[in-house]
Amino acid sequence: MQLNKVLKKKILIDKAFTIILICAMIIYLVPIISIIYETVSRGLPALNLDFFTKPIPTAGEEGGGIANAIQGTVISIALASLIGIPVGILSGIFLSEYRELKITSFIRFINEVFHGIPSIIIGLFSFVLISKRIGFSVLAASFSLALIMIPIVTIVTQESLKMVPATIREAAFSLGIPKWKTTIFIVLRGAWQGIVTGILLSIGRIIGESAPILVTMGFYRWWFSGLDRPVSNMALNIFIFAMSPFQNWVRLAWGTALVLLVLVLLLNIIPRLMMLRREVRYE
Amino acid sequence: MSDYKIIVENVSAGYNSNIVLRNINLKIPQRKITAIMGPSGSGKSTFLRILNRLHELTPGAWVKGRVILDGIDIYDRKVNPTLIRKKIGMVFQKPNPFPMMSIYDNVAIGLKLNGIKDKKTLDEIVRRSLEIVGLWDEVKGDLHRPGTMLSGGQQQRLCIARALAVNPEVILMDEPTSSLDPISSMTIESLVKKLAEDRTIVIVTHNVQQAIRLADYVAFFYLGELIEHGPAVEVFTNPKHELTLKFVKGAIG
Ligand SMILES: Nc1ncnc2c1ncn2[C@@H]1O[C@H](COP(=O)(O)OP(=O)(O)OP(=O)(O)O)[C@@H](O)[C@H]1O
Ligand SMILES: [Mg+2]
Repeated sequence: MQLNKVLKKKILIDKAFTIILICAMIIYLVPIISIIYETVSRGLPALNLDFFTKPIPTAGEEGGGIANAIQGTVISIALASLIGIPVGILSGIFLSEYRELKITSFIRFINEVFHGIPSIIIGLFSFVLISKRIGFSVLAASFSLALIMIPIVTIVTQESLKMVPATIREAAFSLGIPKWKTTIFIVLRGAWQGIVTGILLSIGRIIGESAPILVTMGFYRWWFSGLDRPVSNMALNIFIFAMSPFQNWVRLAWGTALVLLVLVLLLNIIPRLMMLRREVRYE
Repeated sequence: MSDYKIIVENVSAGYNSNIVLRNINLKIPQRKITAIMGPSGSGKSTFLRILNRLHELTPGAWVKGRVILDGIDIYDRKVNPTLIRKKIGMVFQKPNPFPMMSIYDNVAIGLKLNGIKDKKTLDEIVRRSLEIVGLWDEVKGDLHRPGTMLSGGQQQRLCIARALAVNPEVILMDEPTSSLDPISSMTIESLVKKLAEDRTIVIVTHNVQQAIRLADYVAFFYLGELIEHGPAVEVFTNPKHELTLKFVKGAIG
């Protein structure tokens, strides 16, 4: 009798717990699915050839697209990558391959600090350092994006290099290959897929940043006209357009949101697929 | 020229406060196979890695004493370890072809990174190295495929070809067959014999039978000490030390 009661109670607790878990799942999934649903259903009608090829219309004007925002975003990300990727990879190499050097712990510290700073503060830093001197500019914006990128690329590079077994390095040394060549031509090569993954993830991160864009170059809806001038930016445009009273701009905001959503999803899925392939190959 | 390629004098070594090798003295004969035997943890790998200055790359590792290669103390301050390692190749316990690299590049990379660019020279050396290890006919159509795609035994032969390509005078092998199947092991063993015709081989092995089959000269390590060394025939038929006898009979190890 007693035992039966205990058992029943246990089963009840078990069931209750399962229900709580399911509820939590629902609370988590419903917003995600509705965000995706809403973005797709409102964004899709905005997408057509004009959307990708025509420049941003003036407030209240009909038609147009976001071509200059695409151009501006590509330029910002390219510039940010130009700084962020090499610096991130080099720092990652330092952290992984030159552990015995004193400066390593300093770099690690800087890296952790940067990784933890809210992007708006990085934006303000870039504003003070660059925008205040040469004005709101794509240079200042890209610099802040690079600062967001660097810690991510650094960490992923470091982790990928660590996954390359020590005997690979020793085999290279045993061929009389110096350490720096070993690192660049052999170890880095073995870690390349992991590093590309990190780069894609970091691009996925900065493509959606709007706060640092706002404070370093602000809203701008024309074509690129120099590094010391602003460019248009998709993520920031979503904010500006959506808040505006103009129906056409709101339409463009949803379209842009959908494009960004797809891009970010791709940037997150592609590395995962690459990882799967890598696991298969290494086995 | 002395008959000895490497002379080890009063070498002690360890990691941090641990002493792993105590006062080792050993002469390694030119163009012969020297087998390093001993139970697990006796310091065989450490000893081998001291010979090409890999040991010092392990954090906390230290060495004392002298290791003389062709009359030069390789631990002299003026000596560049990279140059030493060019003369002394190494083959590891587990096959370790370079990842994301073709079979061809695995063999050619040592030359390429040491400044040899001429395609014809590279092709020729790659081919010759793969021929020596008996891999050429098996892979000549697949030179562009990743080295990691080969079977374990083939990978180990690829690693030997990679070492051969830079033409080392000494080849160190740390239990090169212990992760392989018996047939691949036999292939590697006959290869080792062939290599010793014009190179000095130092091979670590757990396996007494393998040492009997291969070695011209034997050194037996136990708990960091060199217990006994000498020509293989003597050590195997008439060991002077009781521990050696026990090890050869399979009672320890
Ligand atoms: N990286 C290291 N750090 C600290 N101690 C180590 C390290 N490598 C080896 N040792 C210690 O040194 C001793 C000798 O190790 P070594 O690998 O040279 O032995 P071995 O004879 O090659 O053994 P095995 O037959 O198992 O390969 C062991 O006690 C081991 O614990
Ligand atoms: Mg060992």
